[in-house]
Amino acid sequence: MLTDARLVAGKDLRLEYRSRVTLTQVLPFVVAIVLLFGFAFEPDADLLIDVTPGLFWMTVLFTAMLSVQRSFGVESSDGVADGLRLSGMHPAGIYLGKAAAVFLQLLALEVVLGLAVSLLYGTPIRGLGVLIVTALLATAALAGAGTMFGVLAAGLQGRETLLPLLFLPAVAPVLIAASQSFELALAGDSASGLRWSALLALFATVYVSFGALAFGPLLEES
Amino acid sequence: MSLRNVVTVLGGFPALAGVDLDICQGGVALLRGPNGAGKSTVLRLCAGLVALESGSASVLGLDLATQVTAIRRRVGLLGHQSGLYDDLTVADNLVFWSRAARAPKIDLGQIMDRVGLVPRLRDVRVGSLSAGQRRRTAMAVLVARRPQLWLLDEPHAGLDAAGRDLLDDLVAEAVGVGVTVLMASHDHDRALAIATQVVDLAGGINRAQLTETGGPSLLSPDPSGADAEATPATHPATATEPAATAPTPVGDH
Repeated sequence: MLTDARLVAGKDLRLEYRSRVTLTQVLPFVVAIVLLFGFAFEPDADLLIDVTPGLFWMTVLFTAMLSVQRSFGVESSDGVADGLRLSGMHPAGIYLGKAAAVFLQLLALEVVLGLAVSLLYGTPIRGLGVLIVTALLATAALAGAGTMFGVLAAGLQGRETLLPLLFLPAVAPVLIAASQSFELALAGDSASGLRWSALLALFATVYVSFGALAFGPLLEES
Repeated sequence: MSLRNVVTVLGGFPALAGVDLDICQGGVALLRGPNGAGKSTVLRLCAGLVALESGSASVLGLDLATQVTAIRRRVGLLGHQSGLYDDLTVADNLVFWSRAARAPKIDLGQIMDRVGLVPRLRDVRVGSLSAGQRRRTAMAVLVARRPQLWLLDEPHAGLDAAGRDLLDDLVAEAVGVGVTVLMASHDHDRALAIATQVVDLAGGINRAQLTETGGPSLLSPDPSGADAEATPATHPATATEPAATAPTPVGDH
């Protein structure tokens, strides 16, 4: 299973490397959001700093949807999905590989996003350790849930519009917990921030476990 | 490979309505029939990509109802679609699909040369290839995966004369090492030249089955008339089903 996961993750990352979609389309999208929020809140710089955690994770959420759509878009072209089924790879391995690729892409974008909000909004960075732990756990939860809903939507008509409808409500708790953890860490209360991180660890475990179990049947229907 | 009274339903309609087939191991079986006869569905069924509604099926000695994963690992499907990632290079695709199938390590140069792909295409994205080159890349993937059963759906389509000859050579080579080939084709003259068995399908049921050990002796005219669209294919000497029992024809899937 882990061999299959490594193979699929490597393939998905290679696809991104060859196509440069993340670099040429998703990254500019992230920068545009940061700038637009900056323009919207410019008269009130303090408010901008206060809402940074929420803005950060909302941006990550939208970016995750793009990444997941891209991840399953390539699998639905020219009979590739049949190839995956015929490969005999373990469905959980395919799931973990695709989720890992989304996870790594999101992490890379979060680094850029973090630097952008720090520079443009002037948000002071405190509690870096909690911020990193929160980012890892919340991103794992988003990648896990997104990959599960991605394959579910891939088998349905109107998948582009269905994915947000399925994905956003399901990961609302992740958005809340990650934003709270960031807010507390940035305010200097790392201990309280870590408590929210523990909740994120639970979400990540549940989403990834359920996704690994459900992916096989969902892939058959896609 | 053996199908017994196989029924499959796709989109609420019976795509196969009681097919009986026996395909000899190590041979080349040609599925003939008009559009909508169920040829593609038989191929996808044998690949474990279409659910068995009723009846029984054994592929490579494995039960299709209970051992579908094991069957999938042993079959290769060359269909209307290439099954390749457009944004990956030819080499990337070959390596990924062969590793996914846990095939022995491949010699990229040798396989590309075997299917007539020049070395400079190795690092070219599949999305930039011509239709014929994509087809040859799909053939290379099929060879690299080393399946025991080749399922070929209109394999000569989209290939030039040299490509069609190449495909026939690859089929002959595969059969030589014990691979079984089941192909659906409208290019009867070419397919009959390599087939050792012919199965006529119409309206989702098999109309006739003719088995010979010497391929050339099958070079008889298609009993249904080439590509007859509405008339069920029937061989007077080997028909197994009366024409009147044909269900409503449905589309290829």
